[in-house]
Amino acid sequence: MFVIETKNLTYTYGAGTPFEKTAVDNVSIGVKKGEFLGIIGHTGSGKSTFIQTLNGLLRPTKGTVLLNGKDIWEEPKKIRSVRFQVGMVFQYPEHQLFEETVLKDICFGPGNMGLDKQEVEKRARLAAQFAGLPEELLDKSPFELSGGQKRRAAIAGVIAMDPDVLILDEPTAGLDPQGRDRLLEQISDYRKKRGNTILLVSHSMEDIARFADRVLVMNAGKAVMLDTTANVFSHGRELESMGLRVPQVTGILLTLQEKGYPVHPVLTVDEAVKELRPLLKKGDAHRGA
Amino acid sequence: MSYISAQNVTFAYESNEGEEKDEVLHGVSLDIKKGEFIALLGHNGSGKSTLAKHLNALLLPCGGKVYVDGLDTMDEALKIEIRRRVGLVLQNPDNQLVASIVEEDVAFGPENLGIAPPEIRKRVDDALKAVEMYDYRLSAPYKLSGGQKQRIAIAGIIAMEPDCIVLDEPTAMLDPRGRDEVLHTIHKLNKENGITIVLITHYMDEAVGADRVVIMDEGKILTQGTPREVFSQVELLKQHELDVPQATELAWRLRKEGYDLPECVLNSDECVAALEPLLNR
Amino acid sequence: MARDITLGQYIPGHSLIHRMDPRVKIALTFVFIIFIFVASNFEGLLIMVALMFAILLLSGVPLKQYFKSLKAILFIVLFTGVLNLFYGSGHVIWQWRFMQVTDGGICNALFVSIRIVSLILYSSVLTFTTSPTDLTDALERIMKPLKALHVKVHEIAMMMTIALRFVPTLLEETDKIMNAQKARGADLESGGVTQRIHAMIPILIPLFVSSFRRAYDLAMAMECRCYHGGEGRTKMKQLHMTNLDSAAIACTAVFCAAVIFCAAKFPAALHELR
Repeated sequence: MFVIETKNLTYTYGAGTPFEKTAVDNVSIGVKKGEFLGIIGHTGSGKSTFIQTLNGLLRPTKGTVLLNGKDIWEEPKKIRSVRFQVGMVFQYPEHQLFEETVLKDICFGPGNMGLDKQEVEKRARLAAQFAGLPEELLDKSPFELSGGQKRRAAIAGVIAMDPDVLILDEPTAGLDPQGRDRLLEQISDYRKKRGNTILLVSHSMEDIARFADRVLVMNAGKAVMLDTTANVFSHGRELESMGLRVPQVTGILLTLQEKGYPVHPVLTVDEAVKELRPLLKKGDAHRGA
Repeated sequence: MSYISAQNVTFAYESNEGEEKDEVLHGVSLDIKKGEFIALLGHNGSGKSTLAKHLNALLLPCGGKVYVDGLDTMDEALKIEIRRRVGLVLQNPDNQLVASIVEEDVAFGPENLGIAPPEIRKRVDDALKAVEMYDYRLSAPYKLSGGQKQRIAIAGIIAMEPDCIVLDEPTAMLDPRGRDEVLHTIHKLNKENGITIVLITHYMDEAVGADRVVIMDEGKILTQGTPREVFSQVELLKQHELDVPQATELAWRLRKEGYDLPECVLNSDECVAALEPLLNR
Repeated sequence: MARDITLGQYIPGHSLIHRMDPRVKIALTFVFIIFIFVASNFEGLLIMVALMFAILLLSGVPLKQYFKSLKAILFIVLFTGVLNLFYGSGHVIWQWRFMQVTDGGICNALFVSIRIVSLILYSSVLTFTTSPTDLTDALERIMKPLKALHVKVHEIAMMMTIALRFVPTLLEETDKIMNAQKARGADLESGGVTQRIHAMIPILIPLFVSSFRRAYDLAMAMECRCYHGGEGRTKMKQLHMTNLDSAAIACTAVFCAAVIFCAAKFPAALHELR
């Protein structure tokens, strides 16, 4: 069963005005429970608008969004409860910190859920652990933390609601490669321990290739591809025509494949090494032309 | 003679309660020649941004000296002249733009220098054309994309007719298209206008196109050389938890296993060209 | 969700009024406002109203826009008008207990209402036809002589420019912060006044903090571009007065002379309470 499903989902900004713009155009997809879904697309392809319809921040102009089979807008007054089940981390989430202490800030989300104080704090502390925040930082002011720590605190704030689905919009934006790797590994660990569903919007094909089970490709508001990561990235030329690239190593093997060599596209350097080994000649006798 | 010369620079920020690990410099010496395109790589906290801010006298060294075209950055009287010659573009595209109209923002620098209005007009037009944003001269900054805003920021620097532009992680907050736009612009300025470029970045693939790559770690220069020289030291880079482009890593690993690949491969094309002769059809 | 907010609702155009030097427009607006009050009788007021209609039409801005701006102050006009109904002397038209409406009162009410409406409309012409940037530039130049009195003219103008530049950006940021907090379950829609104010804290504090960060970054960027205060600065955009401006000043002078003439020749319109 799909944990989230959209049926003919359309969102138009400024509907009825001369500035009308259809950002999401008739998208019908299903997100499998427990999967890690990558979402890619050029800037303006509608990714950000799309994910905001999934947690009820935006109401579809047409079509429906189903959470565990139920239309999230069936009872519009209860739309807030959807946001506790579908958590969203925006870009540069550290900009949302506001409380006196890190712990209090993480408690904001679960606190809005109407749980009792003990439960709220318990969840907050657990979330801090999942996000890799050392315990001694919890009593400090969030504004005393380093950039990377602030980001983890902000992510913890969303994880603390213990959502079944977690959507992250470029969570690694602005981080250096080391920071990026660490954060994504943390998120991957969290998912393994908690067993929930993750949607990752990213411009880094290498990150998507490493972590995603399936990939949704959006182009000009439409969902053009939804398939396993390997299958999506094997369509290198098609992706290029949409202004997207493939991971560098995937591109290398795709080029070799196009030139007639019996190689299959891969997603990581490890896979590439394994793939190429049996095909390479060793030794002086076969020095290149 | 080098255009910018940093000699044994040491620096520490005044400490604050609870600050993150402060960027600190431990005796950095670097010479930058006129017309060079230098990429300065390193982790957050390696000192690269701190060093960048010494190049235009935004920060003054605690020890050692920095000379720009022979001018000592410690000399207060020369500050404006140094900043005219060495422009600095920062990371956040939004927080560098001062005016509500693009061409007025680009005019900000020359206005500060007291340039005559007709000359300012000419410089603004030329600068906008150089970054390919002339059509947007009457637009409002908030309507532009990140890449466009950064190009306006660069135009604002060019309008001061600098010899050198230092860019501190200019693409960190941009999407891939914006990154391409900015990189294309700075390479163009370097090749066509002879402007010295110092690009601070943590993206390895941006460094690959530079004349010289300098890697910093923990306030010191770890290694420097041509991109090929630096990226061939894959082991050293990995030890310091620095990235190499996937193409470089692939070739390096296969070479380690005994396959006859060149010492250093920098991009996809080179990797394909290196692998082809070795592949059995 | 970038909003097309321009302070004072500047409506771009190429009319005669749009093309005037903004300094002249500001000065003439002041003159109009003063002479609205100098006009002491209906004859004089009529002259100012005629001038006003002429300017409204010349501005090329649809009359609908002007009426929209009147809508906002409709309540004040009505309130003031009604008050003035009871303030006046002359034949009593209507009485209830101690309150009387006299024909003098009706006269006053009309007079005062027309004054207020004219005031608003004259100011609207200024803000509709002059871009915020031009207004700031003009104000800076007009205020220059105040430098002699140690007023920090340049700094004030710089602050206005930067504020104008960042208003749309800050509005966008507010949207983003609101979305982020809504995604954490913040309820910004329901509850009474105190509850709603409390709900704004998770929006205002991050906005405040980020504004300080922006200010710090911007200051650094300005220093990098050799900013060192107002001394020795030139301006790319020069303001030039043209024949159009001279003509406008001349016309206004004629109308103002007529108003003074009326004030002298005809009796005053406002009736005092006896």
